[in-house]
Amino acid sequence: MLTLILILIPLVLAAVLLGLRGGAVKRVALIASLVELALAVYVLSIFKADTSSQFSLSYDWISSAGIRFAIGIDGISVLLVLLSTLLVPLIILSTFNHSYRNPSAFYALILMMQSALVGVFVAKDAFLFYFFFEAALIPIYFIAASWGGENRIPVTFKFFIYTIFGSLFMLLGLVYLYLQTPGSHSSLLSAFYELKLSAAQQSVLFWALFIGFAIKMPVFPFHTWQPDTYVESPTPATMLLAGIMLKMGTYGLIRIVLPIVPEGVQEWGLVAVILSVTGIVYGSIIAIQQQDMKRLVAYSSFAHVGLMAAGIFSLTLDGLQGSLIQMLAHGINVVGLFFIIEIIFSRTQSRDLSQLGGITQNSPVLSVFFIIMVLGSVALPLTNGFIGEFLLLKGVFTYNTWIGIVAGTTIIFGAVYMLRMVQKSMFGLQTTATEQFTDLNLNEILVLLPLAVFVFWIGLFPNAFLKLTEPAVAELLRTLK
Amino acid sequence: MLSIISLSLFGILNLFLGFLKSRLILLPATLVFLFVALALLTQEWNQQALYFSDMLRVNNLFVSFSVIVLLTTVLVVGISRNFGDDIEYTHPAEYYSIILFSVTGALMMIGFENLIMLFIGVEILSVAMYVLTGTDKRNLRSNEAALKYFLMGSFATGILLFGLAMIYGATGSFKLGAIATYVQTATQYRSVSPLLYIGLLLLFFGMLFKVSVAPFHFWTPDVYEGAPTIFTAYMSTVVKTAGFAALYKLASIAFASSYGFWAQTLAVLAVLTLLIGNITAAYQISFKRMMAYSSISHAGYLLLAVVAKVPSSQSAILFYSLAYSLATISAFGVLIAVSERKPYEGNPDERYDAFNGLAKTNPLLAFIMTVSMLSLAGIPLTAGFWGKFFIFSAAVQANLTALLVIAVLMSCVGIYYYFRVIIAMYLKPSDNEGVIVSSGFKLTLLFTTVLTLLFGLFPDLVNRFF
Repeated sequence: MLTLILILIPLVLAAVLLGLRGGAVKRVALIASLVELALAVYVLSIFKADTSSQFSLSYDWISSAGIRFAIGIDGISVLLVLLSTLLVPLIILSTFNHSYRNPSAFYALILMMQSALVGVFVAKDAFLFYFFFEAALIPIYFIAASWGGENRIPVTFKFFIYTIFGSLFMLLGLVYLYLQTPGSHSSLLSAFYELKLSAAQQSVLFWALFIGFAIKMPVFPFHTWQPDTYVESPTPATMLLAGIMLKMGTYGLIRIVLPIVPEGVQEWGLVAVILSVTGIVYGSIIAIQQQDMKRLVAYSSFAHVGLMAAGIFSLTLDGLQGSLIQMLAHGINVVGLFFIIEIIFSRTQSRDLSQLGGITQNSPVLSVFFIIMVLGSVALPLTNGFIGEFLLLKGVFTYNTWIGIVAGTTIIFGAVYMLRMVQKSMFGLQTTATEQFTDLNLNEILVLLPLAVFVFWIGLFPNAFLKLTEPAVAELLRTLK
Repeated sequence: MLSIISLSLFGILNLFLGFLKSRLILLPATLVFLFVALALLTQEWNQQALYFSDMLRVNNLFVSFSVIVLLTTVLVVGISRNFGDDIEYTHPAEYYSIILFSVTGALMMIGFENLIMLFIGVEILSVAMYVLTGTDKRNLRSNEAALKYFLMGSFATGILLFGLAMIYGATGSFKLGAIATYVQTATQYRSVSPLLYIGLLLLFFGMLFKVSVAPFHFWTPDVYEGAPTIFTAYMSTVVKTAGFAALYKLASIAFASSYGFWAQTLAVLAVLTLLIGNITAAYQISFKRMMAYSSISHAGYLLLAVVAKVPSSQSAILFYSLAYSLATISAFGVLIAVSERKPYEGNPDERYDAFNGLAKTNPLLAFIMTVSMLSLAGIPLTAGFWGKFFIFSAAVQANLTALLVIAVLMSCVGIYYYFRVIIAMYLKPSDNEGVIVSSGFKLTLLFTTVLTLLFGLFPDLVNRFF
């Protein structure tokens, strides 16, 4: 029941928001997301770290077709539920200094998005999963296309069509699997796990499913929608996209691709790993060249997600555990980075590194937070990024040493582009744009402080999080063998 | 069966009501007639019966498809607000009667048990459509469209009739059951008369013309564009539903045993229809023409279910027709309202640009249009998604992999042109003023939108009947 409430709270309050006007909208949205977070924390506190699916619920949805409304939280989804409930209040709070036109629609869409995201992570039925997977796309499309930058219309359009394209192949794959289930058919994921599919079937299905998730993440070479969309979207949408939505792809790999088509993964996993690792190097090299900070972080996100995908396909406990913790860590870091870029942009009207510099002289607090987020991203020990990337790289090394070495360059590249960004924006001489820079106000600190706390919390005490997921991941790997 | 009789009587009654020359009476009267027919129809649920010397079969297939046709007609009549106001030139009573007559034809097409009945149904429906297309009689476009539709339509009907004659020549019967038996035994002993094959193809081609499957689609864009929008909405939904019900019956009952022969042909035509419909739609400037091509493309998806010929094909076609009809009526309804804002080159403005900024001036209409477009594009939360889902499921069951891949790719193209409307409404600035629409009009459209969303969330509301 709690899981259902987690889906419903944002949805119901989104409907309420549509009826409100004026300044109350923001506050109600924030309260809604905080209530959601409080409930998620409560769920987390009574969550038992084992292999079972908890807080489960199963109703008939389309009984004639055997499709059920089945939801539940298990070790694989628990961190992602935390991620999507933790980040949304911060994202909403981060908009308090900015007034978006038509705020009731804006915040209602954010909450609808959250509802769909939670739905994706708790769905236990393949078509319910798909339903939420697509339902998340509609609000984010409208947010990005209505409140985005100048070039937003063609860019978000491309994003929408590109991702739908992938999802439709995934849908075909799921329909095929559904029709393979015995008797009067069932679309429960657990029924899909039981299927005995031939190697040839699995190979085709692997690609049908993988493409859907690969576009969402995105994995090289399906990434061309991503940088433009991130740049043109308003920052809250970028945060939702990079912070939470791309995890739908990585989550889908673990939840759907690995257990359903294990032989397909054996057969094609190497190709997927090579593509992912190519993305790491490719994204990093482009990120180094960028002058636009938002674009730089967009490419860095592309590089990071490549490592997560590689870790998942390494099929090792470390790789999978690393990818789960890294999903949480990356979400936190990337939201922090995009927010700081937004702060800089709102004060200087520029994200261009060549026009920035010396911000630290006027705003030491901002630079401290910026550096914390950057260090988290470059995986410095004691920060959250270190735990994830270390486990991921360990997993990839176990899988294949040479690929591991190439993937390991992410640490070096990451340091290069991230530190270059810090150096060019924070240090050096002040420019005309940054002369009048003011330091953070209370509201901005309230957003960044929890993020910074999580950077260190996960960095210092990763076991609190890893323990939640370990039994479920170990069980998954055992069934794969 | 009673519904067919009552509808024809109501049609005649409507003509007499025309003496009153008042749309205020005709519109509610027509709605009442349709509801009475609907009520009579639902009485026949779960019954099996043959009528008119075994020429018409009443079963659940007949009732379910007929309900969709009647529901669609109710909705179309519900949004028929302006036509007929100009008494001097137009004749509302005749139009409402023609609509009732054409529904009778559609019902006969759905229920036929004898190919002659099919032919009569097709003719009643088609002739009514030719007239309705030309109702805007002072408008050159409307006249051109009616003439074009009539000439090409008659030609297609001729081909259909020729096909029927050949099938009769081969099998000695017009009855579906007798034909099916002949085809089965003849296929078994490999002694199928070539006449049957030729007749089958001609019959199918005639039917495919009516539902605008490529390469028999050339009339569609011009006719859809030229006809008054309200009748475009009517013909693009009712004809398609009835046509595909008939096509499915032919394919699954009469000619089931010669599947190997016609499946290849229809598969090729489905691919062609999907490609031509979707790709051409993407290049349109006029929204109404886009809807014409989109209607062609939907014929392609429906044909996919016919080609699959699995038991679930029937419910897939049914659900798809329902979702498509609801969404199409919403779309044309909003177009009717919007196109009257500002004329463009002497005609109502039916371009995409006419929708610019609609979300600001008429948020409700914009919302209705958005749901309709999402449904046509097959996005989850809407009925259109489940329509595509059931069609794709049927095709997966029949292992039509290549067709499916093309259908998926074309769905993406579809999203492109449907979203152009949404973008125009929400993201483009406009200098247009808002439109004032009557509350009945608004309620009807809201009703279709609610149904689209309801069936999108709970497809079982329809599907549990099968």
